Amino acid sequence: MTAAVAERTVTAVGTVKHPVERMEHVVEQSVKHNEARVDTVLVTPPTERREPARPASPSWFIAKVNPVARIIGALLLCIPMFFSLDVVSASVALGIEFALLWIGGINPIRVCRSTWPVWIAATGGFISVLLYGRTSGEILWSAGWIVVSEGSVYLACATFLRVGAIAVPGVILALGMDPTDLADGLVQILHLSPRFVYGGLAGMRMFTLLQEDWRALGLSRRSRGLGDGNAIGRALSQAFGLLVLSIRRATKLATAMEARGFGGSAPRSQARTSRLHPVDWVFFAISIAIPFIALTVAVMTGYWRFSFQGA
Amino acid sequence: MRITPAGVEAREWGWRHSTRKDFALRDVKLTIRPGEHVLLLGASGAGKSTFMAALAGVLGGSEEGDQEGTLTVDGVEPSVVRGKVGLVLQDPDSQIILERVGDDAAFGCENLGVPREETWTRVRESLDLVGLQDIDFERSTRHLSGGQRQRLALAGVLAMRPGLLLLDEPTANLDPEGVREVHDAVRHVLETTGQTMVVVEHHIDVWLDLIDRVIVIGHPDPDSRVGGIVADGTPDEVFGRFGDMLAAGGAWVPGRAIPDRGPGRHGDVVIAEPGESGASAPSGTSVQPALVTEDLSFGRGTALGSHIDLQFFAGEVTALMGPNGAGKSTLALTLAGLLPPIAGHVRVRADIAEGARGDEPSQWRSRELLGRIGMVFQEPEHQFAAPLVRDEVAIGPKSRGASQEEAYAIADRMLKRMNLSRFAEANPYTLSGGEKRRLSVASMLAGAPRILVMDEPTFGQDFTTWTEMVDLIAAVRDQGSAVIVVTHDEPLVKALDARRIMFGFAGDDRGNGGAAR
Repeated sequence: MTAAVAERTVTAVGTVKHPVERMEHVVEQSVKHNEARVDTVLVTPPTERREPARPASPSWFIAKVNPVARIIGALLLCIPMFFSLDVVSASVALGIEFALLWIGGINPIRVCRSTWPVWIAATGGFISVLLYGRTSGEILWSAGWIVVSEGSVYLACATFLRVGAIAVPGVILALGMDPTDLADGLVQILHLSPRFVYGGLAGMRMFTLLQEDWRALGLSRRSRGLGDGNAIGRALSQAFGLLVLSIRRATKLATAMEARGFGGSAPRSQARTSRLHPVDWVFFAISIAIPFIALTVAVMTGYWRFSFQGA
Repeated sequence: MRITPAGVEAREWGWRHSTRKDFALRDVKLTIRPGEHVLLLGASGAGKSTFMAALAGVLGGSEEGDQEGTLTVDGVEPSVVRGKVGLVLQDPDSQIILERVGDDAAFGCENLGVPREETWTRVRESLDLVGLQDIDFERSTRHLSGGQRQRLALAGVLAMRPGLLLLDEPTANLDPEGVREVHDAVRHVLETTGQTMVVVEHHIDVWLDLIDRVIVIGHPDPDSRVGGIVADGTPDEVFGRFGDMLAAGGAWVPGRAIPDRGPGRHGDVVIAEPGESGASAPSGTSVQPALVTEDLSFGRGTALGSHIDLQFFAGEVTALMGPNGAGKSTLALTLAGLLPPIAGHVRVRADIAEGARGDEPSQWRSRELLGRIGMVFQEPEHQFAAPLVRDEVAIGPKSRGASQEEAYAIADRMLKRMNLSRFAEANPYTLSGGEKRRLSVASMLAGAPRILVMDEPTFGQDFTTWTEMVDLIAAVRDQGSAVIVVTHDEPLVKALDARRIMFGFAGDDRGNGGAAR
């Protein structure tokens, strides 16, 4: 049979089957198509469709830090910054972060590009505080409820910088983090239940499949003439289909995991080691130092302003 | 690497799911000696998967169902001792657990508490054994082909060193190349390890050279729904004596002829609705293609193939064939007007497009696709949109403006032809695999499409459902519709005498030249 296919396979380099321009060609084609019954469609090989493997982080330094340390470090960096709403601490922290990231292998332009949603959020915060923030000092411009004063301009700038100072390191530290490595760290360093962590990890992989399912559900509804009109009703019907499919997929995955001995009572071994190394402690030190320096400078220069004091 | 093979002993064993009245299997008495290679056969729903799950120890506890008698592997209950039995399942997607190849293969060892160094030695050995020696441990499992993923699942199981290897339709979702890869890997594994093996598969010929015993599960008492063993012996004995019964039960018995449903040779199924447009297409227009592509680039985001000119004719079945992952389904979606072309055009013949906005289906509204182009998806469940089977089929006619009675009249006729009438008031999700597939086709045909696109309509089907599907497609074709089928099912293409469109990878002789070899 394969030999028969070989005879009939039209090897078309790049493309081209039957041009459709000339009518007589089409007729001839349809008469003759019993003899030449094979067309060929050439597509890009999957090897060329693949994107290159992604490193654990765009920064060589962060890539060496354990994922669990990355999360703890992000918390150490962010939480102290919540306590002051001033221009100085936020801009000092941002400045140090940008400088260190540059040393760590990510230049400021790349940092801004990878964190664009942060800057959109920061701009949103800036505008709302600018227009509706507490009025103090000279009034610069007003219209109805909107009052732009010197005080609100200052607060708006502080808000903008603070959102950046808190969110940028968080986002950068999370970039490229490998879920499997994180799961290993959670189990081996923080001693969370392996059943819970690896079960969740395997479940997360299902999301890609569920995205595919969702798309197929939408396309099938279009094909069945149900794609017009009421978008909410359509989404609900699709959501039900997705629920059924996800339960089915989860059941199959659970069986496959159980068949490989997952969930048994015997103690589990670890094929990969996840440990904290000296580099992680260096990272912790940096994570503590940045907000400490920033807040100290704010206090020394007299700009410190406790965020949670009454309005 | 030798692995001590395990033996199986079933004594009056039976299992009843807690939600069912009847036992799925009962009174099973058998002994599988260590090192035997067994093919387990039976019609869909006969209880093969239940038996495999029981052997693998994953049937669940007493809350899942009742067990009677005993079933032991090397004298112990499989659920008690994990790792003695390794199970490879059908769906490559749901067997890959972790992101990286090495980690995934090591998962079973970790769960058994195998020390780290020993784990990685076993992983390396197992990956070599299944022919994945060139794949890095770091490689993403998402980038593997179907055949590679099934071999990875096999390697993950082998690393646990199970004395009994269970394969539950491991090749049903693969293209011919993947089937060959998995078969060869299993042969190499069995030669090296000497394990006991039990394989379930409709396509007997895939495994014929590796098996020395056939066990058939069915209903020993035809009046009862209770399953049990109906035949047991060497392949020659079983196929010689029970060939007809096996074929009737849906097995692909070696050497049995496939039906011939080429153009003009009708099956028993008649689809045409009296007065429906397809049957009365004027003969002059059939010379013109019903659907053409002009300099088409298709894909999602990036083009998978470019500058493609194809024609599809009414009254003809065209098969889109080629390796998994080549983009056949994506092209099918593009032809069905569900994905916009990246460049170029998909155009529909003027008399079919009449009344719609233009002749490019991707520009049409959803309603305008109805009655013109229909797409049957690979997963029937992706298509279901109504809580009852009858409503499901009536959706198409209703959307086309038929009255309530007319729509249900069409639905009832369609269900009768598809042999689904008794399920009219059931929920589509509760049907069996073959019934779901018939329903998905029925509901699409009720919309009377002039062009029908089907994605893998015969995937993983047993012989009975397969034959029904062939008859159906032939009937749709003979009614005057253009049928486009994405498939790698060679017998299907032969039975329908379909025109082929082969997919090949540019600059690679695996797809193109590979088919030529």
